[in-house]
Amino acid sequence: MANETIPAFRNDARAKVTGRAQYADDIRLLGMAHAVPVYTRFVRAENLRVDVSAARAAPGVLGVFTAADVPGQVRFGQIVRDYPMLAEGTIRFEGEVIALVVAETRRQALAAASLVVEHAEELPPVTDPEAALAPGAPVVRWGGDDNLANHGRVRRGDAAAALASCDLVVDETFSTQAVEHAYMEPESAVAIPRPDGMLEIRGSMQHPFSTRRFVAALLGLPLADVEVVSTTTGGGFGGKDDTAAIVCARAALAARKLGRPVKLTYDREWSFRESYKRHPYRLRYRVGFSKDGTARAAEIDMLCDSGAYTSVTPWVNWRSTAQCCGPYYVDAVRMDIRAAATNNVFTGAMRGFGSPQVNWAIEQIMDIAAERLGISPLEIRRKNMVKQDGPTITGQRLDNHVVSLGQVMDTVVRDSGYEAKLARCSRGKAEKGELYGIGLAISYRGASLGAEGLDYCSAVVNVQADGSVLLDAAIHENGQGAESVQMLILARELGLPVERIRRQWSSTSRIPDGGTTVATRGTLMGGGAVAQAARELKKLMAETLADELGDPASIRFEGGRVGVPGGPSLTWEEAAARMYDRRVYPYAFGTFRAPPVSWDERTGQGDAYFTFVYSCQAAEVSVDAATGRIRLLALWAAHDVGRAINRPLTLGQAYGGMVQAAGMALMEDLAPVGGRIGNRNLDRYKIPRARDIPEIRCTLVENPDPNSPTGAKGIGEPAVELLAPAIANAVYNATGIRCRDLPIRLDPEVLK
Amino acid sequence: MSELEPGAASAAALTVNGIRREVPPEEADLSLLEYLRDVLGLTGTKNGCAVGACGSCTVVVNGQARRSCRTKVSEVLGKDVLTIEGLERPDGELHPIQQAFVDAGAIQCGFCTPGMVMSAYALLARDPSPDRQAIRTALSGNLCRCTGYQQIVDAVELAARRMREDGA
Repeated sequence: MANETIPAFRNDARAKVTGRAQYADDIRLLGMAHAVPVYTRFVRAENLRVDVSAARAAPGVLGVFTAADVPGQVRFGQIVRDYPMLAEGTIRFEGEVIALVVAETRRQALAAASLVVEHAEELPPVTDPEAALAPGAPVVRWGGDDNLANHGRVRRGDAAAALASCDLVVDETFSTQAVEHAYMEPESAVAIPRPDGMLEIRGSMQHPFSTRRFVAALLGLPLADVEVVSTTTGGGFGGKDDTAAIVCARAALAARKLGRPVKLTYDREWSFRESYKRHPYRLRYRVGFSKDGTARAAEIDMLCDSGAYTSVTPWVNWRSTAQCCGPYYVDAVRMDIRAAATNNVFTGAMRGFGSPQVNWAIEQIMDIAAERLGISPLEIRRKNMVKQDGPTITGQRLDNHVVSLGQVMDTVVRDSGYEAKLARCSRGKAEKGELYGIGLAISYRGASLGAEGLDYCSAVVNVQADGSVLLDAAIHENGQGAESVQMLILARELGLPVERIRRQWSSTSRIPDGGTTVATRGTLMGGGAVAQAARELKKLMAETLADELGDPASIRFEGGRVGVPGGPSLTWEEAAARMYDRRVYPYAFGTFRAPPVSWDERTGQGDAYFTFVYSCQAAEVSVDAATGRIRLLALWAAHDVGRAINRPLTLGQAYGGMVQAAGMALMEDLAPVGGRIGNRNLDRYKIPRARDIPEIRCTLVENPDPNSPTGAKGIGEPAVELLAPAIANAVYNATGIRCRDLPIRLDPEVLK
Repeated sequence: MSELEPGAASAAALTVNGIRREVPPEEADLSLLEYLRDVLGLTGTKNGCAVGACGSCTVVVNGQARRSCRTKVSEVLGKDVLTIEGLERPDGELHPIQQAFVDAGAIQCGFCTPGMVMSAYALLARDPSPDRQAIRTALSGNLCRCTGYQQIVDAVELAARRMREDGA
């Protein structure tokens, strides 16, 4: 085997490998009806009227619902409540659902859906973000008097004056594309009206608490009347928040109206059409350097397409703002990012969340500048990278954790043999029709939400009288292995084998809202809460059993025993039973609150994140000189994850993120035309296959983070944010052609 | 797999995981995927795209990997269909391929896993010692968005080695 051989731990592995894991569409209930969405035929239109009379009369139809049937708020959103869960009045993109048809069978519902009649006055769509922000452009943004959905900025020093005095100014424009998450499981939801008056939701979702907010809003119910039950989720990557929650909310509406369980399962085309995408960016960077390679000033303008609705665009933009210079310190920075509302499919959270776009630019600029200054790509990075106890461009001092950017870069340089390979890059001179290149990129990533949100999480440890342990936590399993990490953390804290712990099926009624399962915060925040709960429990048990075991401060929980080393001790099971004998529940509720962060919106200065993850990745490519076809030969990575709690799964996150980035670099492009997505399934929207991907080597660097209760930081998003520029740098070193637009396309004519 | 004598399968029946299933005419037009999931309740086989592009619905028909979403029940009458539910032994022991997926960390969200395992099963039936490139090629009809394929290739390599060692 190429990499690690430690057996992986996953609590759901057996269920998933036998086909027993129950995803939402696998649920079958007596009396369950089936819902399907009806889409608008327009991209932009006004005065929407929907005639459902023929559909209502079709065989098997139980109900057809439109915005007029909604008892609560039709519109909802995570920041701006602008997204219509059922279309109302104005159509703003082709993914809007004008009606929901519910029938005894899915087949009947699909047949009736074609009978829904839509009337509206069609208008020419606004699809170019630049045109959308031009004076006099038609206003397509909900509730706005212009199309500016967001504006973020950094103001640090006098960038214009500093640029004027630089020896070299690199002035480059880059673009990134809209990317589909392509989680393998399309959206699905089952809503069940319960005899106790509550509405139960099971569905494919990234985050049960976010789903509950959408459901409660649409139905006009208190949060406590909706119970969203954790359900096996077939991938999310940031993509199963708004849209997945709205799918659940629509199923809930139908179930509420009909008093029956209702399933709403999306087919792949609907998922492509309606779900939000990664934001396409246009980025202009002017970065000034002195002769020795020191980056002294940057003027940066970014424009991104927010699409028809806001979703989390301001938060995505905020990360692009705080990290606009990549992992480098630049003394004077003026940066603006604007987001335009258009009639394209809306854009929102996707793994990386505003960093892959800026890294695409800055990590190529570093290679461009190094070449022009005649220094090595490593030297220019070493010179400018953020340093231990040094500042960031937002004025934060990195003095509360190990700043390991140099360490991760050195690791990849060593593992990959970068320097020797760089020397033999083809640089446009083909040998036997093939061009060879290697390239790398580095990044730092603010961990968790940072100043974009309130950051805290909770966990419950509930020890039974026989010593078996129930664990719950408010971070949701999306497939990444969150539950398994939580179980391993608890097992280590309590000194028990992991088999003693059962991670219970969670729901929004059983544990307080712990924030969304996003932002690489699962291990850091969810695992942190588990560690805190375990420590509360140990304190309680030690104090309760002190008369028998001795000084509570000296009592250890190790090897399945509880006691003072060298003194009296109990087996874990005896200790658990003793707690009940003394009428003290061995039960603990733990919370982890992230350390404070700060942000000044006017200047873009502040302590943006309480810690950072440091990463380096490299790619080796071969380019066919006749066709321009790019083949990946090998991929390399090093990430400082703080501490790897479940090593094989940590590596799995790295590999998977890198391959998503490879797809973004070389294959994937939604490219809507006139607001319409043409490639609405996986036969035309190509994502990487096993044969497209070479062997990957990832080294985990571990500098335990003092800000994290477990020492762990995270890996989900660092893995995805820097391979595209590494590949672009490799392609340049192979061909001499600089690719500024994603996905990378080489014109064979230019190669000749 | 079949408990039937050779040639005993009638035109209106098929075998699924060793059990003979009579197929009434109205079910013969269903896709094999719909039949497995909705008629037999074998929901381990997944629907990822319905156009034969993702491989989540892969099952093994007479030893060959096949996309059940693009196969009509009428096309597999008289044949042996093996799904993910048919791999585990009655005593609960996992098939070596399943065990290797667990051990190698080849599972994340799990939605592609049944299809991947079935494709690997068909591969190892025809080639007990595939190299990593052959594994990648054989699995290229099965998309995975989580793993980057590295540990899936590890798993199939591990399963092949264990199966050779055990003479399975």
